[in-house]
Amino acid sequence: MSATTPTAGPSPEKLTKKELTADHPTWCPGCGDFAVLASFYKMLERRQLPHESIVTLAGIGCSSRFPYFVNSHGGHFIHGRAVPLASGVSLSRPDLHVFVFSGDGDAFSIGGNHLEHGARKNINLTCVIMDNSVYGLTKKQTSPTSPIGFKSKTDPGGAVDQPVNPIKKLVSAGATFVARSHASQVNHMIAMMERALDHQGFSVVEILSECVEFFPGAFDSGNPRKGGEFPLIEEKKGDGSPGDDARHDTADEVAAYRLADLPAPGRFGVFYESGRPTKNALESQWIASTRAKLGGAGAHEVLQKTFDRMK
Amino acid sequence: MTTTDPKNPSTGARADLRPEHIRDAVIRLAGNSQDGIQSAGALLARLAGRSAQDVMTYMTIPSTISGGPSLFQVRVGTGEVFSPGDEADFLVAFYQHSYEDNIGFLREGGVLLYDSDNVQPDKDDKRFVYVGIPITGLTVEALGGTAKDKGKNIFILGLIAKIFDLDVVKLERLLREKFGGKNESILNTALMAFQAGYAYPVGNVLTTRYKFDPSQDTGVQVTMEGNQALAYGLIAGGVRYGAAYPITPWTTVMEILRAELPKYGGLFVQCEDEIGAVSMALGFSYSGHLAVTGSSGPGISLKTEAIGWATMAEMPLIIVNVQRGGPSTGLPTNVEQSDLYQAIFGGHGDSPRVVLAPSTVEDCFYIAIEAARIAKKYSTPVFILSDASLATRIQAFDEPDLKSVMREFHPDLTPRPVGFQPYPLDAITQHAPPGTRMLGGVYPTVTGLEHDEMGHPTGSPRLHTAMTAKRRSKLQQLAAEIPAPEVFGGPEGDALIVGWGSTYGPIHEAVKIARQQGESLSALHLRHLNPLPNGLEKIFAKFERIIIPEMNDQGVYGYGQLATILRARYCDPKIRSLNKTNGLTFNVKEILEGVLK
Repeated sequence: MSATTPTAGPSPEKLTKKELTADHPTWCPGCGDFAVLASFYKMLERRQLPHESIVTLAGIGCSSRFPYFVNSHGGHFIHGRAVPLASGVSLSRPDLHVFVFSGDGDAFSIGGNHLEHGARKNINLTCVIMDNSVYGLTKKQTSPTSPIGFKSKTDPGGAVDQPVNPIKKLVSAGATFVARSHASQVNHMIAMMERALDHQGFSVVEILSECVEFFPGAFDSGNPRKGGEFPLIEEKKGDGSPGDDARHDTADEVAAYRLADLPAPGRFGVFYESGRPTKNALESQWIASTRAKLGGAGAHEVLQKTFDRMK
Repeated sequence: MTTTDPKNPSTGARADLRPEHIRDAVIRLAGNSQDGIQSAGALLARLAGRSAQDVMTYMTIPSTISGGPSLFQVRVGTGEVFSPGDEADFLVAFYQHSYEDNIGFLREGGVLLYDSDNVQPDKDDKRFVYVGIPITGLTVEALGGTAKDKGKNIFILGLIAKIFDLDVVKLERLLREKFGGKNESILNTALMAFQAGYAYPVGNVLTTRYKFDPSQDTGVQVTMEGNQALAYGLIAGGVRYGAAYPITPWTTVMEILRAELPKYGGLFVQCEDEIGAVSMALGFSYSGHLAVTGSSGPGISLKTEAIGWATMAEMPLIIVNVQRGGPSTGLPTNVEQSDLYQAIFGGHGDSPRVVLAPSTVEDCFYIAIEAARIAKKYSTPVFILSDASLATRIQAFDEPDLKSVMREFHPDLTPRPVGFQPYPLDAITQHAPPGTRMLGGVYPTVTGLEHDEMGHPTGSPRLHTAMTAKRRSKLQQLAAEIPAPEVFGGPEGDALIVGWGSTYGPIHEAVKIARQQGESLSALHLRHLNPLPNGLEKIFAKFERIIIPEMNDQGVYGYGQLATILRARYCDPKIRSLNKTNGLTFNVKEILEGVLK
């Protein structure tokens, strides 16, 4: 983090969708994830991060194919474990922008424990979770966010288990930026991703992203083009303006829970935000103070001193 | 105990501590886990190390949190000490159960030093010398009664210092180093207990004072436990990042790395579980650092899927397994070598892995450096198989020349040229870590899916064959560069004992003893278990029998884990097994009996 951390030099070229595009996505036509990918390209175009500093990582699932479709440094890891992989990158390379792409099965089921601990440790990274409430890659099994009654190949009579509430799970785990969006709303997704990128800490954007093949219409209630509505969270401005009292305080955990409990389509926007120090910052401080005590001694001197005490 | 002065035997007329010169002594301290016998034993070992004596220890601790019998055995010798000793020359018993459980390990003519406040030995058994001292009472008296009997361990250290004529100045300095960091009263209490033990007129009950021959070796030694040597070896090898989850007996390695790595600008993270830990370590590796994760058997099982990814993605990673008795929770504080198959074959798919095993505490240091070198050069996961007995064993060894062995690795962010391939078929993978500019504008993806040279997923039959061969052939290249190990003893003869891991000590001592008795016995020790060094068959050909002692089961077909692998590799029916599965280390006698029968 200090002695072993290099910094990437600036890349000369302007970053456009053309440079950022890699393999053609293998998703089914009409999949919500296309719009998430397009929003991600747009967000990167807008922000002009150094090309080599962008890192996209993922586990397993339809949405986790993401890194193959983005021309950046990236990795396709094992199911559910992309958060700790990305944490290793984030903690040891402060020069990089680390993005994790995940789905509801990857993030809330097999990777649930890692998501919680990444949030608790407040690792500085951005996690985009494409939630389609079904296992698509394996062709329609119940997912941890499938609603009760959802008929799948593993629940032919309808799902019986209570679904995970992603926002409540993330807030209670200690994520310091929690937002929710819908794959039909490109501008909103870009805005949420951009705020997540700017946030110092564990930032998550949950995006309702329809699986047209195995759970069509799942999120129509949040899509105005399909007769639904897209109700936004109005954030408190703190300016004493009329009606500000009724607006949502993103620092209020309990208020975030209340919003997260609203029935479908629920609310969209930022539920929770906190400036709690990141593990990155806390560990860096510890490393810096440890190194300071050694007065700039090199590795050989430090180890020699340790061995001298064992003579 | 080896006497060097035959004119001065230990039995004889009473006198005040008549000196007897010895080359070697085994002292066993037996008490309960909260008595501090480990720290007393460790101080003895440290003193021996500082006096340029060879030293080796052996300990058992109960897996319960507090209470339960515990023992610590120290063998100090002038010249090479290979094993902690089959029998004790000197047994210190704190309690009746310590006496009863351990008297069988005292050699005939050995000294039983017991706390007469707690132990009533059977003095009708004339095989031993009985020295009863009211250790509890005297300790309480010496410390003014407030400290109760805490300090018995240091009182006994004083007694032992007197009996073995140890260097009191050095021992007191060690006590100051150990306790000086705490508050003054703790140090003073320790020194009082030590002086009380040293001043006790032990000459009234024991007639002999033992004196170690001065060591010929004048080199500087460091004294440490196996897990310490392993942790510092990793640091010396260039490891700066790691992640793990606590599990006995691995835990102390991660504790050391957590505290030490920041001094080198690195970081070690305690993760939520074993899978999170290996994943985070792979994140460090992917970032261009050299990283480690570690555990013991059950934890390694949990990490297995991610290690498969490391093989497929060709990511350097060091995985330490401090083996214990298994399967499952098994024997958490006992020793076994039953994870060799797991290390070599424990992955899904064709997943060749490098597997190394240290032979001694000293070798824990050097094998970690070797693991780091291989992981980096071949961009592949490398296992280090240590075990519970090496983990806590204290040994003194020649101070390593840090300047010549230490390595540093930094992420190589040199811009990569047009046409860079993360997975070239004609070369060993060396990744471009994130942050590296790709001059061709094409950025690499590392992946667990079968892939082409660029890392794109592919189901191509041709590519899966070629990539499988690529991942295997780097181990074959590694095999070609490993020197064949040296044979200890003679180049030919009746039997060759082939060992791996912590059985090194008893095997080599057995060979030494057998050769002194005229037996034609030799030993070969394997540090590289997968791939094996080339040329072993030429060594095997010179012997009538090849015997493989292992602390694992003989399996369904009658052969231990290494023996099975060697039989499969060399198709040599001369290869036989000598197995042991009682959770304890081999002693020299067992190996001699097993080989010479």
